[in-house]
Amino acid sequence: MAITVDIEKCIGCKLCVRACAQDAIEIVEKKAVIDLAKCNYCGACVDACKKYGAITIARENAAEGIDTDSFRNVAVFIEQHEGDIAGVSFEILGEGRLLADEFGEKLIAVVLGNGMRDKAGELVKYGADKVVYLDGPDLAVFRDDTYAQLVSDFIHAEKPNVFLAGATAVGRSFIPKVAARVYGGLTADCTKLEVDREKRLLLQTRPAFGGNLMATIITPRHRPQMATVRHKVMKPAKLDPSRTGEFEVRTIAGGSIAERTKIVDIVKEVESTVNITEADIIVSGGRGMNGPDNFALIRDLAEVLGGAVGASRAAVDAGWIPYSHQVGQTGKTVCPKLYVACGISGAVQHQAGMQSSDYIIAINKDPDADIFQIANLGIVGDLFQVVPALTDSFRKELGH
Amino acid sequence: MNIVVCIKQVPGTTQVKVNPDTGTLIRDSVEAVLNPFDEYAVEEALRIKEKQGGTVRVITMGPPQAESALRQAIAMGADEAWLISDAAFAGSDTWATSYTVSRGIRALGEFDLVVCGKQAIDGDTAQVGPGVAEMLGIPFVAWVRKIDDISGTSLRVERLMEDGYDVVELPLPSLITVVKEINEPRMASLKGKMRAKKADIRTLTAADLGADAARLGLKGSPTQVLRSFVPEKKTGGEKISGDVPELVTKLKSTIQELGVIK
Ligand SMILES: Cc1cc2nc3c(=O)[nH]c(=O)nc-3n(C[C@H](O)[C@H](O)[C@H](O)COP(=O)(O)OP(=O)(O)OC[C@H]3O[C@@H](n4cnc5c(N)ncnc54)[C@H](O)[C@@H]3O)c2cc1C
Ligand SMILES: Cc1cc2nc3c(=O)[nH]c(=O)nc-3n(C[C@H](O)[C@H](O)[C@H](O)COP(=O)(O)OP(=O)(O)OC[C@H]3O[C@@H](n4cnc5c(N)ncnc54)[C@H](O)[C@@H]3O)c2cc1C
Repeated sequence: MAITVDIEKCIGCKLCVRACAQDAIEIVEKKAVIDLAKCNYCGACVDACKKYGAITIARENAAEGIDTDSFRNVAVFIEQHEGDIAGVSFEILGEGRLLADEFGEKLIAVVLGNGMRDKAGELVKYGADKVVYLDGPDLAVFRDDTYAQLVSDFIHAEKPNVFLAGATAVGRSFIPKVAARVYGGLTADCTKLEVDREKRLLLQTRPAFGGNLMATIITPRHRPQMATVRHKVMKPAKLDPSRTGEFEVRTIAGGSIAERTKIVDIVKEVESTVNITEADIIVSGGRGMNGPDNFALIRDLAEVLGGAVGASRAAVDAGWIPYSHQVGQTGKTVCPKLYVACGISGAVQHQAGMQSSDYIIAINKDPDADIFQIANLGIVGDLFQVVPALTDSFRKELGH
Repeated sequence: MNIVVCIKQVPGTTQVKVNPDTGTLIRDSVEAVLNPFDEYAVEEALRIKEKQGGTVRVITMGPPQAESALRQAIAMGADEAWLISDAAFAGSDTWATSYTVSRGIRALGEFDLVVCGKQAIDGDTAQVGPGVAEMLGIPFVAWVRKIDDISGTSLRVERLMEDGYDVVELPLPSLITVVKEINEPRMASLKGKMRAKKADIRTLTAADLGADAARLGLKGSPTQVLRSFVPEKKTGGEKISGDVPELVTKLKSTIQELGVIK
């Protein structure tokens, strides 16, 4: 790969300098000079220079050493908690099916668990052509070494072209270890996956810079093409009771894998039982709540809507609600169908965690609050009046 | 306790703004800083050292300018700073970064614990920590929000999960990535800043790492950024004000029309 500036075409306009997120371009004697030690070949400058066409990137696509054609099929890692399959896993089954059809390949699901044979077998009805279920006492809960080892072994054996997992606390902690072992390309937290059929490439699009920049990533010469996928973005697979497929069960004997970490305890810590990354509806409170007791207003509305409770960092830092409820750049990224922001100004760091929600309602007394710039419906008003009245009105209607 | 902290220099992200005319990132006058998540990592290392003695070394792979992030860590109290820098590293993805950083850590000699931030606020992948652990061949736990106990041979931590936390024990040497909840990073003292100014930054080049050249930089990176673009900004929809009953009626009908209530 090489990036070049055509001195004849460059007019020294600095558009590229401003476009560069790596601070890698300088104008020297009215010509752009690219610092190769900083450049990451993202192409932002090429786009910025469209008018003059002075910057070009030559990308090599020759496969060196790795026979990419020998890797076939789309594999998905199925995450389970206490034997229940995680919501995101149905989404990657749905997406995996689409990708497999586009590549003209099979969809293989790999499940690690203990005593959940029936649920694992069911996955063929959710679109898998083959399910590999690894069953054993050490696989019941997530353990770093065991999961990394078994999934790496699975990849070595099956040689999939594509490998997907949920971008969850579990997925994002052990899939990078698997990628390190198998020398696969791993794209983090994808929100869109497309196929370039001719080149047999997966085009993986993901947010970076706290959501301010989107990047499309490819893995040209290595296999598998691996990605973790953000929850609530892809459509979940639908149950088709008539579907059939292969089901392979392998027993992993207790103590057969060297595990260096030991799980001493698993503690649940959310106020309500709804995990905010799984919720379809989130009602969030910010500094405008003015104190811990007032969060009851948020909880009541969330409850009547059947949703979960979120918060801005200001509310968390004030100690009004535990950190596990924080939405934003340094909290959780959520994509519910409905996000209701109450007394939240809409700082970029908060937006980074919720801007891809399907529908956003903001309740704020300041008509100029930034949150209104991304809200589908903005309510300029006092939350202490609007929120309880709304809760009451739903209560009456739904008869709670 | 000999601790190594991996850090990255990033743009101060709050200033990342989009030019509405050209749709590109405005980078004028954006100063480069120590990745905020790595401040928690440096702080936690310093706290362990203060209790148990030992050393805190910070290491980064980056261009020569990344030296200023190392000095920021020295100002907080780190003992030694190492810069892994070479044109051969340009274009590294998380795989090649993990490989290079792991070789750099090996080059420092003995260590008991490696601490990384949860993620860098520019690349946002959170993949380098686990990658380095795997390439060093040491145990790993992500998202550490509290160190319950640390002795000469083992570590007990709380790992933040979506719906609570796990208590995990692991032997040393090992690698952890830390989240914001773990501590409140200190401000650098005046004395620290003076020390940082004068501190020796040690450098490692590709040749010093004894690394496989085929695994470095662009050539060693499985992933490539094909293109990057600024996402379409959501534009605000309707904004209404008025009587509370009116607002409630509007809200209620809107929510009901979405069909999200079960
Ligand atoms: C590196 C970094 C990371 C960060 N990460 C996060 C993160 O993950 N999540 C996050 O949320 N923030 C994060 N922040 C903080 C962020 O910048 C903001 O400070 C924070 O989001 C503000 O929270 P807020 O909107 O609740 O408070 P404020 O900005 O103070 O807004 C309060 C709002 O409430 C409104 N209000 C007050 N009273 C009423 C009323 N009675 N009725 C209606 N409206 C009312 C006000 O008009 C105001 O708009 C981060 C900051 C940094 C620097
Ligand atoms: C827009 C964009 C998208 C990208 N997407 C991907 C992708 O999906 N997959 C991929 O493989 N690469 C990707 N890259 C490349 C990736 O950003 C770089 O490899 C980068 O060097 C490390 O990744 P990160 O910034 O995400 O760090 P993270 O993995 O988020 O960093 C976690 C921790 O690792 C440590 N660390 C990180 N970098 C260094 C360093 N240079 N020196 C020492 N310690 C360090 C720090 O403790 C840090 O807190 C992308 C780059 C860009 C510009």
